[in-house]
Amino acid sequence: MIVAVASGKGGTGKTTVASCLAWVWKGPVLAVDLDVEEPNLHLFLKPRLDGRRPATLEVPIADEARCTFCGACADLCQFKAITVLGSVLLAFPEMCHGCGGCIAVCPQGALAPGSRELGEVLWGHAGGGRIGFCMGRLRVGEALSPPLMRAVIAQARELALPAGADVVIDAPPGTSCPAIQAVSPADLIVLVTEPTPFGFHDFRLAHEAFLPLGKPMAVVVNRAGLGGEDLHGYCRRENLPILAEIPLDRRIARAYAKGDVVAAALTDLHALFERLADRIRGVADAPRPLPEAAPHA
Amino acid sequence: MPELLVISGKGGTGKTSLTAAFAHLAREAVLCDLDVDAPDLHILLAPEIEAREDFISGHEAVIDPAACTGCGQCAERCRFGAVVAEGAGCRVDPLKCEGCKVCVHFCPAGAIAFPARRCGEWYRSRTRFGPLVHARLLPGAENSGRLVALLREKARELARSAGYRLILADGAPGIGCPVISSLSGVDAAVVVTEPTPSGIHDLERVIGLCRHFRVPAGVIVNKADLAPENTASLKSWAAANGIACLGELGYDDRFTAAMIRRQAVTECGDDGPAAELRRIWDRIQEWVTRQARAA
Repeated sequence: MIVAVASGKGGTGKTTVASCLAWVWKGPVLAVDLDVEEPNLHLFLKPRLDGRRPATLEVPIADEARCTFCGACADLCQFKAITVLGSVLLAFPEMCHGCGGCIAVCPQGALAPGSRELGEVLWGHAGGGRIGFCMGRLRVGEALSPPLMRAVIAQARELALPAGADVVIDAPPGTSCPAIQAVSPADLIVLVTEPTPFGFHDFRLAHEAFLPLGKPMAVVVNRAGLGGEDLHGYCRRENLPILAEIPLDRRIARAYAKGDVVAAALTDLHALFERLADRIRGVADAPRPLPEAAPHA
Repeated sequence: MPELLVISGKGGTGKTSLTAAFAHLAREAVLCDLDVDAPDLHILLAPEIEAREDFISGHEAVIDPAACTGCGQCAERCRFGAVVAEGAGCRVDPLKCEGCKVCVHFCPAGAIAFPARRCGEWYRSRTRFGPLVHARLLPGAENSGRLVALLREKARELARSAGYRLILADGAPGIGCPVISSLSGVDAAVVVTEPTPSGIHDLERVIGLCRHFRVPAGVIVNKADLAPENTASLKSWAAANGIACLGELGYDDRFTAAMIRRQAVTECGDDGPAAELRRIWDRIQEWVTRQARAA
C-alpha cells in the first residue's frame, strides 16, 4: 500500500509522522520524501545512500542556421519560453515547462531537445537496511518542482515493486500542484494537523483540495490539547477517522530538535506509532463505501 | 518605499504570527499575504473585503466528446499524463493539465477547446493595521507564481497611490515557484527559522535562494530555547556567511494564545515576546532602510 502524509499548513509534523511510520512499519517499507523544495526526512532517517541521478527537463536548443523565423514555436508556447524577434530566435530555457510543443511544431527541424537540470533523485536505505529510502532535491533557483517529483515517484516505484514494499510518502505543505502531485499515487492520505486556528484552517483547505481525488483520508492530530478548534466535530461531520493524537510534549520537540526519530527515542511514542500503523492498514484494507449506498431495509 | 518579505523555508516556524506582529507595529504599511495556497494572515487580521476579482491565468484543454475520434494523438503527445481514455474517446484531467496547448494544436479533428482558466480570486481589504492584498488559489491550481506576482503589483500600486511607506509581505514555505516570485524585486527578506535540523537545513536552502536572486536576508531564530546548542551554531553559521541576525525568541505559549484570540501577540500585552518583538522590529526597520538605500 502507499500512504501519503500531508498537511496543508507546514510544520504540523508531517516529517515526524512519516519518519516514525517508516520506523515502526512491519514488513518491507520505502520512505519517500516528495517535499523536494525542502526535503527533511533524511535528516531523521539518516539513510546510507546507494545512488543518485540528476533529474532533467527537456527544453529546446535552437539551431539558428535552420530557423526561418516563421514564429510557429513562439505562437504555440504558453510559457514565454521561446520568442522570435525579426531574425533572432531566443529561447529562455528557465521558463520552459518541457511540453515538447515547439520541437514538434517546427517545420524546419530547427529545435532540438536539450535539457535543464531540475535537481536530483537520491536513494538508499535506513534503519540498518529495514527501510528503503528515496528523495528528490530541487536545485536552488529552480521554480518547477512537479517534474522532479514525477522522477522521484518513478524511482520509488522501481525500488518498491521488486521488494514488495509498502510506501510512506512525506508530502510538501500547501494545496497547489506540488501537494496534489505528492498525494496522487497514494491509496490513503493521512492529514497531519494541529488544533490551532492556522492548523485547522489549512487542514480544511487540504481536505477540500484532496477530496476530488476520491481517495480515502484519515487524520493524525499533533500537539493535541493545543488551540481548541473544533477539529473533532469537523472530522465527525466529514467522516474522517482520527487515527492518532500526539500530545503536546516538550520531550517530542526536544527529540525532534536533536534529529531523532521520535518513535525510536521515546518508548511511549513507539507504541503510539505502532498503533497508528496498524490502524492505517485497517483503513486501507477496509472496503470502500459505495458512492451511493442503498438505504437499509 | 521599501518592500519587506517574511519567509522561512520550513513551514510552521512562525512566519505569519511574526508578520502580524510587525504589521501591528508598523502601522503605515501595505500588507500582503503571498502564501496563496494556504493563506493564514487573514485569520489574525479579520479583513473587510473592499474589492474582489477573479484570477484568470493560462488556459486548459477540454475535449469535446462529440468531435473526438479517439485517435489518441493527444494522449501520445501530452507530457503530463493529463489525457485519459474515456469510452471510445479521451478526456483531460484538469488537475494534471499544464495548459501547454500541444494537444489542442495537434488534434486532427479540432476537437479540443482551450478556454481561459480561473485559478482563484484575489482581494483588496481593509484591516485594523492597514490595507491587505490577499488571494485564494483554487485547490490544486497552477500558476501560484503568477498570482504572487499579481498581488505584489497590486500592493505596489496601492502603496504608490495612497502614499504608504512600506510593503510588508508574508511569504510561502519552500523555495519553489511562489517563493521565487515573491522574492523578485524586494529590498530585503526576513527569514524566520527554528533551531531544529529541518529548520537549519531549510534555512540554508532559502538563504541560497535569496543569494541567487541577490536579495539581502536577515534571520530571526524562533523557539531558540528549544535547542540552545543548535541556536548557537545557527547564529555562528549566519555570522560566518554575512547574514544579519535580527533577533531570537523563546518558545512561548502566548503566540498560540494570541492566535486563538485572533490577535497579533503584540496586541496581547507589552512584556515577554511582545517586548522582544518591538526591539526586533526596530532593528528590522533600521536594517531594511539600510538595504533599500544600498540598492
